[in-house]
Amino acid sequence: MSDEEDDIILSELNDEDLVAQMFDDLYDGMKEEIEEGVNILIARGWAPYKVLTEALVGGMTIVGHDFRDGILFVPEVLLAANAMKGGMSILKPLLIATGAPRMGKMVIGTVKGDIHDIGKNLVAMMMEGAGFEVKDLGINNAVEAYVDALIAEDADILGMSALLTTTMPYMKVVIDTMIEKGMRDDYIVLVGGAPLNEEFGKAIGADAYCRDAAVAVETAKALIARKHNSGAAT
Amino acid sequence: MTSDGTLTHDGLAPIGNGRVLLIACGALAREILALIKGNGWDHLDLQCLPAIYHSRPEKIEPAVRKAVAAQRDNYDRIFIVYADCGTGGQLQKTCDELGVKMIAGPHCYSFYEGNDRFAQMGEVTSFYLTDFLVRQFDAFVWEPLGLSKHPQLRDMYFGNYEKLVYQAQVENPELVEKAKECADRLGLAFEYRFTGYGDLKNTLNAL
Repeated sequence: MSDEEDDIILSELNDEDLVAQMFDDLYDGMKEEIEEGVNILIARGWAPYKVLTEALVGGMTIVGHDFRDGILFVPEVLLAANAMKGGMSILKPLLIATGAPRMGKMVIGTVKGDIHDIGKNLVAMMMEGAGFEVKDLGINNAVEAYVDALIAEDADILGMSALLTTTMPYMKVVIDTMIEKGMRDDYIVLVGGAPLNEEFGKAIGADAYCRDAAVAVETAKALIARKHNSGAAT
Repeated sequence: MTSDGTLTHDGLAPIGNGRVLLIACGALAREILALIKGNGWDHLDLQCLPAIYHSRPEKIEPAVRKAVAAQRDNYDRIFIVYADCGTGGQLQKTCDELGVKMIAGPHCYSFYEGNDRFAQMGEVTSFYLTDFLVRQFDAFVWEPLGLSKHPQLRDMYFGNYEKLVYQAQVENPELVEKAKECADRLGLAFEYRFTGYGDLKNTLNAL
């Protein structure tokens, strides 16, 4: 960003310009500026959920699109995510206190043998930003960890992530186990990770393959809505 | 010898000698040429694709397909010296379709170690470097991950790793020192492991 923008006083901007500036700051990974912007909007009486969705998730969605289109690369996305995390840490306690809408609950983790959690962390953060409750199991999860957490957390969605072609087949082990236990249809199963594709997602019996974090959020929202609708119809 | 920089971005053209063409990753060029020379395997010729495809596995399969089509009439046989290398089985499918064989294993770290042994070890928190990758650490690791500009990202990438394993193909004290330095830069413990050429040698010997 240009030197001119170094002189911008965030608190002097009107709401619309401030949100636009926060989109730029998120894009540039400027954590302190994002934290300042969040505090300003809260002080102006914005509801925490509105700050989250309109300023942070809105900005991060642009980052996601530009990553998908090859304009941004992993380092820039990580910096943006780090900035968003700064804003989220301010909003999280406020969201709990103000009773923001709950979209559903997700259990997420990287599969057994895989310790690469950058994508998983992005999805978890974006899902939280979209109003989902997230139980993050971390890395290197065996099937028992997923199954136990789904039951214990009374979750709606299972998210599995893998970066390695050697570990991604384990997702099928998890889904097959869920089928054996008669619990597969109780959950929405989303899978993601660099070497996966839609064909793989279908082949292993997932509900959807999600190319990136923004797609994961949109897919989760759509499938949750469909689940609720089908529940209402029966 | 072709420079590492050329092997990284351009690869290596075949000489035109030999009955069997090896189409390989540029990161294996020095090792394969050393094996050919050391064992007198004059029936083998070598073409390398840019080693930087290591970081862009989606480029490997189309590049191999194109190279096979271009060279198939010039040799009795073509052999692919890429393991799966992050192609998710796509390279194997293409090789089957084209009627060419490829080296077994998920990646070079595995076949250098020996595929069976590597699978048994089941290491998930080790980050591997070979001779080539130690020499080209900045081009393949540090720069693409943006760590020169944003060192604060290091632990987001490597926080779950425990050690850097340097799989050495040849004994070279300078490379050991450089690999130790790489481990320090990544904040990881260091392990030196001399593998030699592992299954690469056995595989090429059988051609």
